[in-house]
Amino acid sequence: MMMKKMMSAALAAALAVGMLSVPAMADGTFKIGAIGPLTGGAANYGLGVVNGAQIAVDEINEAGGIAGAQIEYKYEDDELDSEKSVNAYNTLKDWDMQILVGSTTSGCSIAVSEKTKADNMFQLTPSGSAQDCTKYDNVFRVCFSDPNQGKASAVYIGDHQLAEKVGIIYDSSGVYSSGIEMTFEAEAANQGFEIAVKEAFTADSNTDFSSQLQKCKDAGVDLIFLPIYYTQAGTILTQAAMMGVEATFFGCDGLDGMLDMDNFNKELAEGVMLLTPFVADAEDEKTQSFVGKYQEAYGVTPNQFAADSYDAIYTIKAAIEDAGATPDMSVSDLCEAIKASMLKIEMEGLTGTITWTADGEPTKDPKAMVIRDGVYTAAE
Amino acid sequence: MKNSRGTMTKVSRDNLGTIIMLAVVFAAVSAARAAGLVNSHIDGLLVPICVYAIMAVSLNLVVGILGELSIGHAGFMCIGAFASAFFSKLTAESMGAFPRFLIAILIGGAVAGFFGFLIGIPVLRLNGDYLAIVTLAFGEIIKNLINVFYVGRDSRGLHFSIEGQMALGLEPDGEMIINGAQGITGTPFDSTFTVGFILLMISVIVVLNLTNSREGRAIMSIRDNRIAAGSVGIPVTRYKMLAFTISAVIAGFAGALYAHNLASLIATPARFGYNMSILFLVFVVLGGIGSTRGAIIAAVVLTLIPELLRFLSNYRMLIYSIILIVMMIVNWNPTSRAWIRRHITGRFRRGTGAGEEG
Repeated sequence: MMMKKMMSAALAAALAVGMLSVPAMADGTFKIGAIGPLTGGAANYGLGVVNGAQIAVDEINEAGGIAGAQIEYKYEDDELDSEKSVNAYNTLKDWDMQILVGSTTSGCSIAVSEKTKADNMFQLTPSGSAQDCTKYDNVFRVCFSDPNQGKASAVYIGDHQLAEKVGIIYDSSGVYSSGIEMTFEAEAANQGFEIAVKEAFTADSNTDFSSQLQKCKDAGVDLIFLPIYYTQAGTILTQAAMMGVEATFFGCDGLDGMLDMDNFNKELAEGVMLLTPFVADAEDEKTQSFVGKYQEAYGVTPNQFAADSYDAIYTIKAAIEDAGATPDMSVSDLCEAIKASMLKIEMEGLTGTITWTADGEPTKDPKAMVIRDGVYTAAE
Repeated sequence: MKNSRGTMTKVSRDNLGTIIMLAVVFAAVSAARAAGLVNSHIDGLLVPICVYAIMAVSLNLVVGILGELSIGHAGFMCIGAFASAFFSKLTAESMGAFPRFLIAILIGGAVAGFFGFLIGIPVLRLNGDYLAIVTLAFGEIIKNLINVFYVGRDSRGLHFSIEGQMALGLEPDGEMIINGAQGITGTPFDSTFTVGFILLMISVIVVLNLTNSREGRAIMSIRDNRIAAGSVGIPVTRYKMLAFTISAVIAGFAGALYAHNLASLIATPARFGYNMSILFLVFVVLGGIGSTRGAIIAAVVLTLIPELLRFLSNYRMLIYSIILIVMMIVNWNPTSRAWIRRHITGRFRRGTGAGEEG
């Protein structure tokens, strides 16, 4: 009996060692995986990410791949849940993924980064904007961090003297919204305006904003800051118009997508300002080509998530080429090589010219946009 | 057929069977892991499976054995998760992993149990629908409350606010522990399959022993007829409280296990809301109300199915619901049950008398 047990243990150990020593990759393709919520309420974000990346992958493969090596690409759904996101990551790992683009949302990205850290896999999140997403040195991001956006918004409002009294309506149950709100408030103290009203809502109460708007109206604010997503912003604009609130509305990249909402009266969005790195109506050739392809393939206008992940794939390409990395490298060696190159490359992407710092943060200029006659135009 | 073997009753033998089943599965899975036969996808699912199995055991105690409908059990799990993660985050540097996790689990269970007791005082005087409504509200309240908690730490000590991070007035070197809606990030990774299994085993043994004791019989008599139970002198409210609190403690354990398996703990509606509570209820109902073993099996199967169906992409949602409906029908239809007993379970369990009455 004892003998049998020892035999089986020895066999098991031999098998385990055997499995470990199999080389990770030898077939000459880079395997890139993506994770995002593809079902449920946040599906728009995840679909943007996986589809945006798909377009970039197709373009690169058509043009001959990364230094001659083709990209294999696969994505998994995480249903906006950290646990499912880790499951998705493990599934992709079983597929021999070498580089991860994801997760799409902050909480999921943080949970997955703990795993990529353990495996030392290079992770580039297109849109995980919370500060902790890039806590580890193997994780970089394409989008602005939340603190960055809040600060940039406050500085922009202050510099351009857009308002003296500011009201904020934000989603206190959302990581994105509360993250921006926090740094906006902190930076506002250094700027020449005061925050007269600060009103929160939660995911459970995001359909009626009349009381928040009434408070803004009573306080006589000149500008209402909306660090929220466009679905709620659309409701706010509709209600504000009915209540006769006369203030400028100012938001961040979450407002991108508002003009494409079903049954939304675009006139309401007239004069809304937003700081965003990407708008689908931009005139440059790159954006036009991307938007054209995206619309053809998926029938909708790409949002900022799609642009971020499109940039993410090209960033990976640039970093691999810079490092001279090859597909047969182990996941960990590949990560080290790309990590070093990330600090050297300058990326001309859809979302601006981006460089990275060692803490994983991108440096790029936010563009201020204002909606005029139903289209985004650059604010001066 | 109830031919007694030795002095064991049918119930004890059935309970022992459950424990042996769990131990065998654990041994088999551990061996497969050691042999490298388990891919990382399944490997990553082992701890979540333990979490859900423990939740199923916990809720089965309230729904199946006490006979009260609780649809806010995710709330207790949420409390356990946050209490234990809070403790671990506080002592992450000052304690070793093992004692820290042990204490964290105990704290998770204790805090959840305390809330279970507190909620139980008014709630367990209610019956039926009213109890369900209040527990539902409780789960939602907990989730929303935790979303406005801001706790930070700096050299001057702990700071607490429900206003926002700014209101804490942290020094520059300060660190956020609970950051409102952003929850707790960076909880140490302490949960392992072994710990999960031990917790599951403890929960199962506690519940089975309770069921099989004087208290358990009192609890079941309340389920079967509250008025009759009261009339023979059983203190109804006391025993209800007992079962409810134990159930909350076990849910707290599950929460602690969950929190230490992921680096980000956020009280999202999808994770700790109404839908999750209903999912736990599905485990219990599908497993056969009152059957601890059935609840565990249902939890394992229903956690695995959506993951194993990943290759179907988004169709997995559709297939999952169909499987759920089919299982529900097959499991409860007398004809199909008889067929299964005759053709499948009968072969393995000849002589012990199939059926898992609670």
